[in-house]
Amino acid sequence: MSLSFKIQTANNLEAIDFNPDGVHAIEVKSLNVYYGSFRAVKDVTLGIARQKITAMIGPSGCGKSTVLRSFNRMNDLVAISRTEGEVLFHGKNIYEPDVDPVEVRKRVGMVFQKPNPFPKSIYENVAWGARINGFKGKKSDMDNLVEQSLRRAALWDEVKDKLDQSGLSLSGGQQQRLCIARTIAIVPDIILMDEPCSALDPISTLKIEDLMRELVQDYTIIIVTHNMQQAARVSDYTAFFTLTDNRAGFLMEYGDTTQLFTNPKEQVTEDYITGRFG
Amino acid sequence: MPRETLDRKLNILQQEMLILSSMVESAVTASVDALKAHDLETAKQIIATDRTINARRFELENDIIITIATVQPVMATDLRLVASILEVVSELERMGDYAKGIAKVALLIGKEPHIKPLIDIPLMAELAVSMLHRSVEAFVNKDEETARRIPAEDDRVDALYNQVYRELVTIMFQKPTSIDQANHLMWVAHNLERLADRVSNICERAIYVATGKLQELSVSDDEYLSAV
Repeated sequence: MSLSFKIQTANNLEAIDFNPDGVHAIEVKSLNVYYGSFRAVKDVTLGIARQKITAMIGPSGCGKSTVLRSFNRMNDLVAISRTEGEVLFHGKNIYEPDVDPVEVRKRVGMVFQKPNPFPKSIYENVAWGARINGFKGKKSDMDNLVEQSLRRAALWDEVKDKLDQSGLSLSGGQQQRLCIARTIAIVPDIILMDEPCSALDPISTLKIEDLMRELVQDYTIIIVTHNMQQAARVSDYTAFFTLTDNRAGFLMEYGDTTQLFTNPKEQVTEDYITGRFG
Repeated sequence: MPRETLDRKLNILQQEMLILSSMVESAVTASVDALKAHDLETAKQIIATDRTINARRFELENDIIITIATVQPVMATDLRLVASILEVVSELERMGDYAKGIAKVALLIGKEPHIKPLIDIPLMAELAVSMLHRSVEAFVNKDEETARRIPAEDDRVDALYNQVYRELVTIMFQKPTSIDQANHLMWVAHNLERLADRVSNICERAIYVATGKLQELSVSDDEYLSAV
C-alpha cells in the first residue's frame, strides 16, 4: 500500500509530496512544548511504530497528553502554547510553516476522553467524516462508506436499524465507537486516543480495546491512558513519562509493553507501575 | 492501588512461604533421623504432618489467588513475586512428599537392622536442607548472588548419591537377602537427591524476582547425553 499523499499548505494550495519513510509512523525529535513560560514537555525524542498500538502512561501532569496532542497539532488551539523540535510524519516536520494543521488532523485523527458525537443522526456523524475528506460520491457510495466505517468500529449491528436516530441517543460506549467510526471515515493514517475509555463501563472498555486490536491491522494507534492494565492489555509498545523537579514532563522509559510491565529497566518506572507514586 | 495493603499482603505471603519451608525442612530432617533411629512413631507423625503441609500449601495458594483478585499485584516485581511464590510453594509441597516417602521407608524397614551404617544419607539430608533453607532466604531477600551460588552445591549431593548408589549395589551383589532394604535406602537417597535438584528451581525463582531474568540454573546434563 502506497502511503504517499499530498498535503495542502496553509498559505497556498500548492501540494507537497510526502514520501513514506521507514518503519516509524511518527518520529519525534527533541520536542519541547511550552504553555507561556512553563515548559510542559522537555526534550522528548521517540519513534512511533507503524500499525502498532503505542501506549503513553505516566502520572498526572507528566505531559503525555500534550505529547499526544503535538502529533496532530492540537496544541496549536491553545493560544499560549509553543512547540519546539520536530514531529516528523512521513518524513515531514508537521510544524513547518507550510503545513496546514487541518490537513494534518485529517491524517492523524483523534478520539477524546469523553465521547463527543455531533447532535446529528448516527448516519450524519459518520458521513461528516467522509465529507471532511472531500467525499463527493453518490448517495449509495456514501451509504456504503458509512456502513463500512460503522462495521469497522464494531457498531454496525447495534445501529443499522436506527441510523437516523441522534448519535446522542446511544450509550457512552456506543457513542465512543461512533466517534471512532467518524474518525475512520476521514481515512487517517494514525488514530490518537486520549483516555478513550475513562468514561466507559468495563464491558464498553473491553469492546473498545478489542476494536483497537482490530483497527491496528490498518492504522497506527497511540493511546494515552491512566489505566496501566489497559496499556498492558492493549498496546505493543509503552512510553512512560514522568516529571522533572520543575514539573516538566519527559520520557523516562520506552519499550516493548510486556518487558516494561514485567521487568522495567528504570526504578522510577517500576515505582510508578507498582503504585509507589503517581 | 492502596500500596500499604499490597505491601502487607505480599509480606504475609512471603512469611507463609517461609513457614511452609520450615515445616518441610523439619520434616526432611526428622524423616532421616527417624530412619536412622528406627523411630517408627516419629515416622508416622511425619506422614501425618505431610497432610498439614499439603493443606497449608493449598491455603497459601488460595491466599495468592485472593491477593491477585483483590489488590492486583500485576506489575513488575509484584507480579514476579506472586507468580514465583506460587511456583515455590508447589516445589515445597513436592519436597514434603519426599520427606513422607523417607518416613514410609523408615516404617517399611521397621526395627530391622540397617544393612550399612547410615552416614552419607544423613549428610545428604543435611546438605539438601541447608540448600533449601538458604534458597528460600535468598528468595525473600531478593539476593541474586546467593541464589546463583547455591545450585553448584548440588554437585556434592549428587556425588554422595552416586556413592550411596554404588555402595548399595555392591551390598546387593554380595548379599541378595539385603536387596529389599537396599532398594528402600536407594529410594531415600534418590528422594534427597531430587530434593536438592528442586532447590535449584527455587533459586531460579529468587533470581527471577530479583532481576526479571528467568533462566535455568541446573547443572549440565552433558555427561548423560554423551553416555548415550
